[in-house]
Amino acid sequence: MLVSYKWLQDYVDLSGITAKELAEKITKSGIEVEGVEVLNEGIKGVVVGYVLEREQHPNADKLNKCLVDIGAGEPVQIICGAPNVDKGQKVAVATVGAKLPGGVKIKRAKLRGEVSNGMICSLQELGMEGKIVPKEYAEGIFVFPQDAEVGTDAIALLNRNDEILELSLTPNRADCLSMLGVAYEVAAILGREVKLPETKLEPVAEKASDYVKVVVEAPEDNPLYVAKIIKNVKIGPSPLWMQTRLMNAGIRPHNNVVDITNYILLEYGQPLHAFDYDRFGSKEILVRRAKEGEKFTTLDDVERSLTADHLVITNGTEPVALAGVMGGANSEVTSDTTTVLLEAALFNGFTVRKASKDHGLRSEASARFEKGVDPNRVRAAGDRAAYLMAKYAGGEVLTGAAEVDTLTIEPAVIPITLEKINRVLGTDLDMNQVKEIFARLQFEASVDGDTITVTAPTRRGDIKIEEDLIEEVARLYGYDNIPKTLPVGSSTPGKLTAYQKKRRVVRQYLEGAGLYQAVTYSLTSEEKAAQYALEKREAIHLAMPMSEDRSVLRLSILPQLLEVVKYNSARQNDSLAVYETGNVFLANGTDALPEEREHLAAAITGLWTNHSWQGEKKPVDFFVLKGILEGLFAKLGLTDKVEYVQAQVDGLHPGRTAEILLNSKRIGFVGQVHPSVQKDLDLKDTYVFELSLKAVLEEETDDLQYVPIPRFPSITRDIALVANKETVSDTLKEIILEAGAPLLKEANVFDLYEGDKMEEGKKSIAFSLKYADPERTLTDEEVTKVHEQVLAALKEQAGAVLRG
Amino acid sequence: MQERLKELQAEAIEKVEQASSLKELNDIRVAYLGKKGPITEVLRGMGKLSAEERPVIGAFANEVRAAISAKMEAKQAELEEAAVQAKLASETIDVTLPGRPVKLGNHHPLTKIIEEIEDLFIGMGYEVAEGPEVEQDYYNFEALNLPKGHPARDMQDSFYITEDILLRTHTSPVQARTMEKHEGKGSIKIICPGKVYRRDNDDATHSHQFMQIEGLVVGENIRMSDLKGTLEVFAKKIFGEDREIRLRPSFFPFTEPSVEMDISCKICGGHGCSVCKHTGWIEILGAGMVHPNVLEMAGYDSRVFNGFAFGMGPERIAMLKYGVDDIRHFYTNDVRFLKQFAVEE
Repeated sequence: MLVSYKWLQDYVDLSGITAKELAEKITKSGIEVEGVEVLNEGIKGVVVGYVLEREQHPNADKLNKCLVDIGAGEPVQIICGAPNVDKGQKVAVATVGAKLPGGVKIKRAKLRGEVSNGMICSLQELGMEGKIVPKEYAEGIFVFPQDAEVGTDAIALLNRNDEILELSLTPNRADCLSMLGVAYEVAAILGREVKLPETKLEPVAEKASDYVKVVVEAPEDNPLYVAKIIKNVKIGPSPLWMQTRLMNAGIRPHNNVVDITNYILLEYGQPLHAFDYDRFGSKEILVRRAKEGEKFTTLDDVERSLTADHLVITNGTEPVALAGVMGGANSEVTSDTTTVLLEAALFNGFTVRKASKDHGLRSEASARFEKGVDPNRVRAAGDRAAYLMAKYAGGEVLTGAAEVDTLTIEPAVIPITLEKINRVLGTDLDMNQVKEIFARLQFEASVDGDTITVTAPTRRGDIKIEEDLIEEVARLYGYDNIPKTLPVGSSTPGKLTAYQKKRRVVRQYLEGAGLYQAVTYSLTSEEKAAQYALEKREAIHLAMPMSEDRSVLRLSILPQLLEVVKYNSARQNDSLAVYETGNVFLANGTDALPEEREHLAAAITGLWTNHSWQGEKKPVDFFVLKGILEGLFAKLGLTDKVEYVQAQVDGLHPGRTAEILLNSKRIGFVGQVHPSVQKDLDLKDTYVFELSLKAVLEEETDDLQYVPIPRFPSITRDIALVANKETVSDTLKEIILEAGAPLLKEANVFDLYEGDKMEEGKKSIAFSLKYADPERTLTDEEVTKVHEQVLAALKEQAGAVLRG
Repeated sequence: MQERLKELQAEAIEKVEQASSLKELNDIRVAYLGKKGPITEVLRGMGKLSAEERPVIGAFANEVRAAISAKMEAKQAELEEAAVQAKLASETIDVTLPGRPVKLGNHHPLTKIIEEIEDLFIGMGYEVAEGPEVEQDYYNFEALNLPKGHPARDMQDSFYITEDILLRTHTSPVQARTMEKHEGKGSIKIICPGKVYRRDNDDATHSHQFMQIEGLVVGENIRMSDLKGTLEVFAKKIFGEDREIRLRPSFFPFTEPSVEMDISCKICGGHGCSVCKHTGWIEILGAGMVHPNVLEMAGYDSRVFNGFAFGMGPERIAMLKYGVDDIRHFYTNDVRFLKQFAVEE
């Protein structure tokens, strides 16, 4: 809502308060003023001029040479390019030395050999938006009415010496979609009076009800319809003050009748519609739901196809208006109109909203009906519009109105105790303070002991319950004045759950290991959603996506993380290590919420070690990432529960991928991105993992228990084995540990050779075996005996023998 | 004989003094004190001496030996020390060369903000509550006093999956679910962080996915002044002790009275600049007293219980706090952006 500071003074005395101060006060009491626009900012030296002569510029077809009286000194010659400039017009002249918006300075100039002492201005040149400029002046200069006085300040005459407060209204404050509503608010804030606008109807004897009758078929959609008749109107421009007020509020002037309906819309917040009575097509107004497929052409010359959801005003047979949204071309007021049928009605907000949404037609009227208008203001608004039509369009207002009224107005009557107000706010107000606040708001209130009973005025449809009253008290008392306390009562220790705590451990660990945390989108494309999914499920689609790329909920994090790698690689961030934790979404049928499972994924690429001046440069590989995972599981106490098994995963290198098992259940995978995928994405070798973080964090960690440090030395024996190439180290290790138990404590791979010195299909793999007994020092003989068992088992179970 | 020994002593000592290496010193030792050395040779001639002279000369010879040995030891220590010094000197490194890099990652800036806020409220007795990102219409809207057709639903255009299931548009459904779980009994103090989704085109200030963090306190005696005090603690802790806060009345369907909180602009110190749109204030969060309908729908008796709630956007906080100019940076994950948030403040 754009509120003119000058216009507002019609209703509230604003003396002593600047527009800026007012904006600050309004903001602090609950309606955010987003800005204060000074309309004449940067404009100086524009006066009303009178075009004495106009002739064709001798050297330019499109220019006019004008002689203009600017009220001071001799008339001046001005060259003007506007097509509509003519002799006898009163126009806005930017004189030499004038300043216009955008830092334009007017200087004496020569145009094609002719001197120009200033500029005749269009409204756009004076800083007004093209869409609010009256159509006849949109392509040229603005012409003042003849009574404009030559030499006076044109900006003042155009009402541009005003400041506009831009109110950002929350949905509950529809009352401030009108100047009067704002006036009540401002009066309450300042503790001043509201002056209501004047309506002095002097109706002629003829009755409106003899001209038209109203039938409403759908009273719940239209509880009140008032039709007034104004005859003998003369269509013409509305007074300049009205036109300029409309323009300052962002509305384009049309003619006196239409401007008056718009003016009342702004003043009362009540949308009105003026029909041409003679073009109406009947003497009956029938308000009904539209028929399915019924056609109707609105004012904007668009043919609309209607449904039974839409309410229409008809002449008994065909629609003449889409109720509360827009009138029809067939009954529109034109320059020939002499009798006006004026509609002041109350339409159901939901019905209006539906129609306005279905047809993509949001009008000043529909916005107000949707948010709710004051039912008690409908007639007053109609009467005042009729009065203004008599005054400014020379019309005669007929007695009474044709109307249907099924409206029941029940103002909210809300009792509340002082104790409750103070208890909720934490204040210590007394009843007089509370009473005074409601008096300022012009809410009726009566006090009985500790209880004050408030009747909310119908203009404030948002006041329904005690808490609404508490808010009114709080905002007018001032939020600044409410004390600052902290909740009292039983205090509980705040904490994270075990899951949340461990999630933080995971993040810290991974970051300590060199990975940056990324956050990517949950919505992705259908194609990407299923890539690298740990569990294949039907993807979840949005009903109305904004784009293909963001149409499906992800089943895995990796595709997005690979995008991150790609994005960075393309920007010379060649070495990268990132991880992300976040939910993936697994469908549970269409009616149930999906399962949301927290995953952890990581991707590393480029150099892992880069300490170039000492010659240390090592690219990432599978074991870098596996090492990070091993460390993670060690940190979470899960080392013994986790296994890695060679596996095939779509999109990963078939020979360099492992599934991760937790308690023998598959929870994720780790591997190299498949070279063909790397090529597609233009990536260097990239290693990734993705796993169910939920499974990992929900796994119970054993309680910490101290194990005594060995007091006796251990004995280490190294063995180099020749084994089949496909026998994996884990298999050999298991055989060793099993055969060597209980004295054998550890077996660690320390060398691997698969070169051409080996027999075909064989590899050399060396283990370091550590024997120990917590109770004593082992003898060589004892160790040798067990060691022989180990070697025998290796030979028997895996065909692995000592390398000769 | 004594004369000869004296000569030898002087000669040996001079040579020792001139020795420049341990090897040279050793050669001198062998030459003078060895079995084939001149002193031994002199002593061999002692047989010719009288019984009275022999012990005198013997004692003298031992003195000479001792003097030479002592001198040698001193010289040896001296040479050894010089050798150590020379070795150390040869081992000097350029300490200004860069160290071996330790790989370090860090939190995403949004996580950093969220954890900071979580920790602040945990310290004030709150627990961290989480809930589903794909929500029922009921919890996202209806339970929060936003019935179907409510005009305020206009403010949050949503991603629906079915008519009743959508991507949550705020983290408030976690509040509704938490209250419902309490079955109308006992007090609640929670902070709810998480991802939310709205039908917005991604640009410098909008993102179809973003974070929210909300707080909820429900109890038998919760006052608006408690909300104000809590928000002040939050603002000063997160934005700095020198920041002013301002509460303005506002409107949210799920709170009444409702509040918006501004903090004084850090850039201009409250005098007005382009960042604060010349108001001196920057809007930072929405809050209010929990609407009685919301309490009742969750099973709380609104005549006995009340509460306050507040919610804010970590992106906005990060943008203000760190001066980030484009919300899309948070989701493109350019490592040159991410690594700027390594420092613990």
